[in-house]
Amino acid sequence: MSDTVLRTIDLTKRYKNRLAVDHLNIAVRRGDVFGFLGPNGAGKSTTIRMILHLVFPMEGDVEIFGASLKTAGHRALEKVGAVVEKPAFYGHLSALRNLEILGGLQKPVTRRQIMEQMERVGLADRANDPVKTYSHGMNQRLGLALILLNEPQLVILDEPTTGLDPQGMKEVRELILELARERGVTVFLSSHLLYEVELIANRMAIIHQGRLRVEGSVQDLLKRGESAVLIKTDRPEEALRFLKANEAYRSAAIHSDDILVELDLERIPELNRQLVNAGFGVNALVPRRTLENYFLNLIEGREA
Amino acid sequence: MMHLVRFELVKTFTRWRTYIGFIAFGVIVPLVVAGLKLGGQHSFERHLLSLLQNDFVIGGNVLNGWFFGFFFMGALWVHIPIVLTIVAGDQIAGEGNAGTFRFLLTHAVSRTRIIAAKFIVTLIYTAVMVLFIGGLTLGLSLWAFGSGDLLIIRRGILVIPEAQLPYLFLMAYGLATLAMFVVSSLCFFFSALTDNSIGPIIATMAVIIVSIIIITLPFELFQAIRPYLFVNYFDAWQKVFDDPIPWDMIRTNVLILVGFMAAFFLAAMIYFARKDILS
Repeated sequence: MSDTVLRTIDLTKRYKNRLAVDHLNIAVRRGDVFGFLGPNGAGKSTTIRMILHLVFPMEGDVEIFGASLKTAGHRALEKVGAVVEKPAFYGHLSALRNLEILGGLQKPVTRRQIMEQMERVGLADRANDPVKTYSHGMNQRLGLALILLNEPQLVILDEPTTGLDPQGMKEVRELILELARERGVTVFLSSHLLYEVELIANRMAIIHQGRLRVEGSVQDLLKRGESAVLIKTDRPEEALRFLKANEAYRSAAIHSDDILVELDLERIPELNRQLVNAGFGVNALVPRRTLENYFLNLIEGREA
Repeated sequence: MMHLVRFELVKTFTRWRTYIGFIAFGVIVPLVVAGLKLGGQHSFERHLLSLLQNDFVIGGNVLNGWFFGFFFMGALWVHIPIVLTIVAGDQIAGEGNAGTFRFLLTHAVSRTRIIAAKFIVTLIYTAVMVLFIGGLTLGLSLWAFGSGDLLIIRRGILVIPEAQLPYLFLMAYGLATLAMFVVSSLCFFFSALTDNSIGPIIATMAVIIVSIIIITLPFELFQAIRPYLFVNYFDAWQKVFDDPIPWDMIRTNVLILVGFMAAFFLAAMIYFARKDILS
């Protein structure tokens, strides 16, 4: 059996004059928690919609558990559970009724099974309330309950923590990790937050302007290249000149109103000492990794 | 498939907008019947008798329940589409607008089956609505004005014996239902094109109104395109009250109406099968 659960092959989508996704090739392996990272408008949702057969690609294909979406169509999604963007339910119906309808589309589900999943996501006491009375966070949790109901082998989540409070975000992350670790479910999740991907994913890809920029294991990518430090000082221009004079800090550059310098994080105390001894007021030294910079640069449009 | 139809029925018949038509006709029809009973019937009678008394001897209960049942059918068939479109227009566009297709279509269910289930439910709603209006108008009229033979003044005078009327009305309601199926199918097709429930309602009513204008005006050009407009066959139900009943013409009308219905459904299905779900 192939180890690749999900593969996009030259996946391309154009909306009128805008190329939303450009020959995207990514591979998700069995057991991965795969973070699909990119700024807003990068093409994440379009990719997910193409994977889920909601949007038709102009070129390319998607393979899910070895089945081509082009030839197998909706049948390729039999082992997939997904929440795309904001979970949308039938607001006039109760959560229980919604799960009966949507959860029962693939195979019959019993009320007991539904209540088990409602319990799991902490909504059992609101099961009979109309979904229109639910908050955004409750909708997200109901979406997860729906996914769990069909016991999928691949779960696709589009920005699952968007709009949640910190506690809700934590719960969703824990649920995702539990799915992956305890049930062996492969998870593909999109996010625009690097730290979120760092927290839960083992592999990741960054997409920007529809094109894949980088793909690999989170650990490897985070180690890639030098680390950097963001220096917040009282006189950035003078501090920059001071740093540039030192061979070790040649990469120093103004970043917004601060200075960014590539540096091993172990050398931060030494840097601090030198700045203070030179009479600069150091307000903060914030460790940064190049991947984060790279991602921020993408978001801010500085990286092509 | 039955599973999907059942769920579509639950979704449709648990929405309050489904009952707007029932409530509207449930209020209007009794009011009109009450108005007729409390005086309107006499002005109707005076008008009708003034037309006929010079040439005919009129006896018995002419303005009876069957007569008003027939009258209501003739008066309401242009109004029924309005309430039908409220539900038919929402069937696909409503899901698009609410974003619920995102869940529905990612559960390994074919788009064709989903559309087919929605179409079946649209037809069920249409049939229930037409039969509700037919039953309500005829039932209330018979209760208020009693029974008797049916007097029809259309290309001459025809009196249909009371004994034949239940059977003829049943056929007429069947044909009226078929005509309304075409309206719902058209609205269903428009619903597949958009994610806004109002658009299909307006588009369907616009098509019906423009078509009625075209078939009504006696211009040569309009007469030439008349056979291609489905509203041209809406009065098929009236033909069962002709003597003799033009069965061939009714059969042709039925086939044409079924053809229109199938064409609108297939167009909706083909379009939706390749539609990008962006909402």
